[in-house]
Amino acid sequence: MSEIQIELEILRYDPEKDQEPHFETYPVTCQDDWMVLDAINYIKDHVDTTISYRWSCHMAVCGSCGVMIDGEPKLACKAPVRDYANKTARVEPLANFPIERDLVVVMDDFMDKLKRVKPYLIRKEEKPLEEGEYKQSPAELKKYKQFTLCINCLCCYAACPQYALIPEFIGPAALTMAHRYNQDSRDQGLAERQDEVAKPEGAWDCSFAGECSEVCPKHVDPAGALQQLKIATTVEWYKGLIGMGGK
Amino acid sequence: MAYVRPVSKTRWYRAKRSYTVHMLQELTSLFVGIFALILLWGIGSIAAGPAAYQAFLDGLTSPLMLLWMWITTIVMFYHAIAWFSVTPKAMPVQRGEEFVPGSIIAGAHYVVWIALSLLVLLLAGVF
Amino acid sequence: MAKINKALFWSLFAAGGTLTAFVFPVLALIVLFAAYGSPADVMGYEQMHGLLSNWLGKLVAFGTVALALWHAAHRMRTALHGLGIRADGVVAAVGYGVALLGTVLSAYYLVQI
Repeated sequence: MSEIQIELEILRYDPEKDQEPHFETYPVTCQDDWMVLDAINYIKDHVDTTISYRWSCHMAVCGSCGVMIDGEPKLACKAPVRDYANKTARVEPLANFPIERDLVVVMDDFMDKLKRVKPYLIRKEEKPLEEGEYKQSPAELKKYKQFTLCINCLCCYAACPQYALIPEFIGPAALTMAHRYNQDSRDQGLAERQDEVAKPEGAWDCSFAGECSEVCPKHVDPAGALQQLKIATTVEWYKGLIGMGGK
Repeated sequence: MAYVRPVSKTRWYRAKRSYTVHMLQELTSLFVGIFALILLWGIGSIAAGPAAYQAFLDGLTSPLMLLWMWITTIVMFYHAIAWFSVTPKAMPVQRGEEFVPGSIIAGAHYVVWIALSLLVLLLAGVF
Repeated sequence: MAKINKALFWSLFAAGGTLTAFVFPVLALIVLFAAYGSPADVMGYEQMHGLLSNWLGKLVAFGTVALALWHAAHRMRTALHGLGIRADGVVAAVGYGVALLGTVLSAYYLVQI
């Protein structure tokens, strides 16, 4: 196991002391199989215990450790230090969110928007228990499965130019959740979600830049989901015009 | 007090190459719109008669128009290629359990594109 | 109101984008040929008049020009917003206004042919 030298230029911000964020630079000697998260953990343990950041699973399933590395939204646990060997990497909190402290962002806006799209199965009538479970074929599952892989890491929001310019935009992950449930054969809530999805700040503010899908660490393809959502929402609207609306 | 980082409304697309490319793709629609107006002018001149139509054709030969049409032609091909490459994402086709690969959907678009183009060339008197 | 508008304008944009992707490259090429006057007779008056005299030709021409204009209006609206122009109401009015005018004019011209 050999060693790699890197330098992390980390954005620091203490809300109780600072007017503005500023960068601090930390040289770190890493093992060659470390991720950037390991280097940050090393800094916290041995160099500067004041640094704040979110992380948990260290295996790209919890979605906690999203940061900007050299301007790209990434999971810190999925960014090998090998890519930055003998270089300085700039580490900042996820773009387009207010900074709480250091690398920790305020996620409230996303949490609100996620609630608004009703990301859960909605039934018009529940089946009585005796009738058994809601069955779903492999094909029906496959239809929406990819969109279930979202870990809410918010890298897509950090990459989305429309979310940067239009803070009201509901955004890639939340809208993908709406589409995921609309596509679920067990769900009957499409009409209920339309209220949010069909707003200008819903599907329509997406300009299909595709940045969200580029950066998504779980390959959810929110850009694809959003275009499908636009088409489905348009069809619903036309159906509504001729009196055939509602699912 | 949480710190909100400012975003430039006018220069954000220069921060990353992919943002710039996206902006340029959006601006291809300017050429689409202007070409539609040129075609409208042509249609109007056909309605007005052979003399007006000849004036339209003569108008096309000016150096500015030639340059514009060269740029428009290149931009239109770029628009088509960009559009066909993203269509499979917007309209996935599920056959049984699996989805038809995007390359097949895009490929089908190209086949139709070529066939349609040959037909139009025929109709326009190119051959 | 805005909710209604967006679905309509977006569907026109999508239809226009697809249609122009299919036919505008070859049409631009043909206009280039006509500008150079070669091959001879490309876009000749008799040929063009003939094509646009029947109702199918009129419909295709109308659909192509109109949808292309609505596509451009909607996409440029987004593009100009991205370039920092905040007056979305004005941009929308001008863009969709031109598209509407072009739609009406193309119908007007085509019924005369």
